[in-house]
Amino acid sequence: MRAFLLSRLSQSLALLVIVSIIGFTILSIMPGGPSSQYGLDPGMSQADIERIKEQLGLNRPLWIQYLDWAWRLVQGDWGRSFRDGTPVLTVIGRHLFATLLLMGTSTAIATAIGTWIGIRGATHRYSLFDYLATVGAMVALSIPTFWFGLVGIYFFSLRLGWLPAGNMYTIGDGSVLNYLHHLILPSIVLSLVHVAVWSRYMRTATLDVISQDFVKTARAKGLSERRVLMKHVVGNALLPMITLAGMQLPTILTGALVTETVFTWPGMGRLFLDSLGYSDYPVVMGLLMFSAILVLLGNLIADIVIAVVDPRIRLA
Amino acid sequence: MTALAAHAGPSRWWRSRTTHRFVSHRLALLGVAMIASLTLACVFGPYLLPYDSLHIDLRARFAPPLTGQHFLGTDPLGRDLAARLLMAGRISLLVGFCAMLLSTLVGTLVGVIAGYRGGWIGAALMRTVDGFLSFPSIFLVLALAAALKPTPAMIVVIISVTKWMEVARIVEAEVRSLREREFVQAGRMLGLSSAHIMFREILPNAMGPIIVAATLTVARAILLEAYISFLGYGIQPPLPSWGNMLNGAQQYLASAPWLAIIPGAAITIAVTSFNFIGDGLRDALDVRNDGV
Repeated sequence: MRAFLLSRLSQSLALLVIVSIIGFTILSIMPGGPSSQYGLDPGMSQADIERIKEQLGLNRPLWIQYLDWAWRLVQGDWGRSFRDGTPVLTVIGRHLFATLLLMGTSTAIATAIGTWIGIRGATHRYSLFDYLATVGAMVALSIPTFWFGLVGIYFFSLRLGWLPAGNMYTIGDGSVLNYLHHLILPSIVLSLVHVAVWSRYMRTATLDVISQDFVKTARAKGLSERRVLMKHVVGNALLPMITLAGMQLPTILTGALVTETVFTWPGMGRLFLDSLGYSDYPVVMGLLMFSAILVLLGNLIADIVIAVVDPRIRLA
Repeated sequence: MTALAAHAGPSRWWRSRTTHRFVSHRLALLGVAMIASLTLACVFGPYLLPYDSLHIDLRARFAPPLTGQHFLGTDPLGRDLAARLLMAGRISLLVGFCAMLLSTLVGTLVGVIAGYRGGWIGAALMRTVDGFLSFPSIFLVLALAAALKPTPAMIVVIISVTKWMEVARIVEAEVRSLREREFVQAGRMLGLSSAHIMFREILPNAMGPIIVAATLTVARAILLEAYISFLGYGIQPPLPSWGNMLNGAQQYLASAPWLAIIPGAAITIAVTSFNFIGDGLRDALDVRNDGV
């Protein structure tokens, strides 16, 4: 286990270095280049900019600048927001909870529904249900998330008046119920794509497990089909899904950004767009790096969890 | 079609098993039919409509569909929605198609080199692929689009920057498995150059997965263009695209829902069609199924 952890950890660190190089490259082509990270006022004169570039050492070779930038990231100095001078990490921290809440809820919904559809599709292969689920998943993957959100708002908020059209809570009403009420529509919208992806993979995984010998043994022992499914098939089919959950993180974050925009949800996606609008590049860069690190962390956790649950992985 | 023929052997492509399997895939045929009609409508439609997509008629603002002379209604400036939709389709489909070409080209190049060379070059290339995949694509695209000038050509480049990795992965795996096969060893023994072996001997045998991945990439590229244009960082007005037609639609959702519903439906139809075609090609070309 220790050897597995060490090798997996070093892989993640190597990837982190590559991610930071990509990030620095993007930073370099931003207006203002790497200096934009250090709170450069867009209204400054050219001479001021030159002077500050000199001070910040932007005349040094690129690789030294990169090392300097990366070292600051490691130390937690991610620059300051142009808008109010708050440290970037503090700004991100303020918006993190809203995004995690939305992502967590929609992932829970997607996992539950997707698992059910996938298992039913596998046990009733080539049935009408399976066919509709297959086609439905392809259509669901093709619907733009923001459009699905708009259609949802039109029907459930404007027409029926059942659900709020946006925001995280009604001002002046901090009750849990109020939060939940606001959470329903955006998390359903965000979960659509994941129900599609999850149910397809779950179907394949279930089919893989069903054809294996230990399932035949379980049936031969005279267990009911239901018991075979619940005790022997589902658990094993869910194993590869842990890896998938990690791999799906970038897609979920992409969906969250768009969903947050449509529903004026005060999360990281909303912050990213607002910061772009204000040309607040330190925050933009911070979010870009932060989301990539979140993805790396998610994959690392998924790999560790699966190694803990399934000894075959870490011994292989 | 040459690729299909190569895959199927010496017989005529329309009699091949591959073609037969594709044609028996009803959804794929539906996809082809829809894309064909959508493309024809977008190319020739604007000439047949009585209204120009840029013609502003302030007396006919917010006309609902099927009410008056405007088949799909009008937008807040009284412009004909049908004409705008077709002109936008030209842009959206073209951007999707070009982004597919560019990202498939880059992905194939990286994949072939990484898969054939292996060693530290291959490892470095594939870790770069992993690195790019760690960024949520829309964050990457938006950051680039905000930093660079969002002309349609630049949008194509920016979308390709975030969409070449999947093709690279698929090609790398395919090439790595073909590298040790007899025909490649024979090529080496004949003294053929590495470039010749990579691109003339191995690549044609990896065409199936590339075609499937390319088709699905069109779908994803159209979707991504719609996302960033909807958010205001993609194709810039007055040039219409399906995404930027939706840009202002949310504020009129209560009074003029068709402004949001119609362009979104066009995106969904186009993307679904490409996904259907990709699925049919995957079955027809017998590409190993990866679940979705």
